[in-house]
Amino acid sequence: MIPSPSLNPSGDATAICFALVLLIPFAAAGLALINTGLGRTRSAAHMMMASLCVFSAAALAYFICGFSWQGFAGGYAHILMLGGKEWNWIGAGPFFLRGMDPGNASVTLAATFGMLSTGVAVLIPLGSGADRWRLGAACASAALMAGLTFPLFAHWAWSGGWLAQLGANYGLGRGFVDVGGAGAIQAVGGLTALSIAWILGPRRGKFASDGMPSAIPGHNSVYVLLGCLLTLLGWWGLNGAGAILFGGVEAGRVAYIAINTLLSAAASAGAAAVLTRARYGRPDASLTANGWVGGLAASSAACAFVVPAASVVIGILAGALVTFSVEWFEARMRVDDPGGAISAHGLGGMWGLLSVALFARIPVNEGGASSGAGQWLAQVIGIATLLGFVLPLTYGLNWLLNRVMPQRVAPEGERQGMDLYELGAGAYPELATHADEFTQHRT
Amino acid sequence: MKFMGFLLLVAGWAIVLGAMVILPGGTPRAVFVLAGAGVEAVGLGLAIRAHAVSKGAFR
Repeated sequence: MIPSPSLNPSGDATAICFALVLLIPFAAAGLALINTGLGRTRSAAHMMMASLCVFSAAALAYFICGFSWQGFAGGYAHILMLGGKEWNWIGAGPFFLRGMDPGNASVTLAATFGMLSTGVAVLIPLGSGADRWRLGAACASAALMAGLTFPLFAHWAWSGGWLAQLGANYGLGRGFVDVGGAGAIQAVGGLTALSIAWILGPRRGKFASDGMPSAIPGHNSVYVLLGCLLTLLGWWGLNGAGAILFGGVEAGRVAYIAINTLLSAAASAGAAAVLTRARYGRPDASLTANGWVGGLAASSAACAFVVPAASVVIGILAGALVTFSVEWFEARMRVDDPGGAISAHGLGGMWGLLSVALFARIPVNEGGASSGAGQWLAQVIGIATLLGFVLPLTYGLNWLLNRVMPQRVAPEGERQGMDLYELGAGAYPELATHADEFTQHRT
Repeated sequence: MKFMGFLLLVAGWAIVLGAMVILPGGTPRAVFVLAGAGVEAVGLGLAIRAHAVSKGAFR
């Protein structure tokens, strides 16, 4: 174990970083509203309750062991020597946040950022498991993600881990770059969402016996679109604070990062609206919302290092990618993802990681040299790690969890609605629950 | 098929890591990294198809 390189936001940077970290819960609130609005009426209260519970479970798991394994730049880490190079693979700090110096702002900020980030990440799979994921199982799954999956990748990307050191050790640009969590938060959450959708299976009635999907529209577009606006605040916090803490970006650049974040989301939502208008005759609210979130997810990796025009291009491509992949996953691959989490967060995040290699101009050293082919390779290795390590890990963990604690609600619970079955009361007691609310109405 | 898909995902990642550790820099390393990513893409496709055709998809 040897200490990792140090990080030291000080003075104004600390104050600005702290203010940005305080915005991150808006991302959680926004995602909770989006997931609720895209689900059924009879599961609305359950979704909000689950959002609060998984956020809490994640915070506690991160407190117990997550931060210890994620570590921080300058903290202790386990290091392997492979091929004559150091491979920093996991943090080695004490559990339960013991030994943390309350006066060391860089460490406490990294811990706060990590705790809130993992809270956002665990909300992502809730979108794909809507209307059928048991509350207790969702909390246990969130604890696994916050305690193991997220900290491992976050250590590699943010805390001086082997991905971050690809530049120093192998001359690959500046190493894997993911300042706002396109990989560590969005892609990890999106791949976990894919695992959950696979393990739970589709909602009853979603697919006919011949495999044709039926539309189960979200119950409240107002929640969904309000949630989108709230997520923007949260992403300003994620991208801004992440850039200062993990990207070595000056605090004065946060407004520029905010502009890039907004442009990416706006372009992505616009692209999704135009595409759905062209294909279906009307702009689709849920796909436009997914496009917005996909644009935010894609902005997270490169937001500090691209020009605004590049953010627009990143957003447009993210919007197109999300729109087509939502349909592809549902119609062709029979994956029931009510919240569009796999496409918006998983694919959006991975596209964001790739966009660093395409569009970012990153100073590698004091001399100002910028990234090139090496940065490409570093980003590809990061994405390969997400697919080749994180996906099997998160699938395996949730598969094991499903063996000891079935994750899918009983058929009776799905028919009755998660609100009544698990909570005993509905979100809208004045409304009758419609047994056939998923049937598409003709207009 | 599902198991094979996940196996290929992990194998692809192992190729990527192996290329970084064993090969010298430059083109050979880049080619093997991309080859590993390609193996992962095949594995992902296999895993997705395996889940799509499983009976559980048509409850």
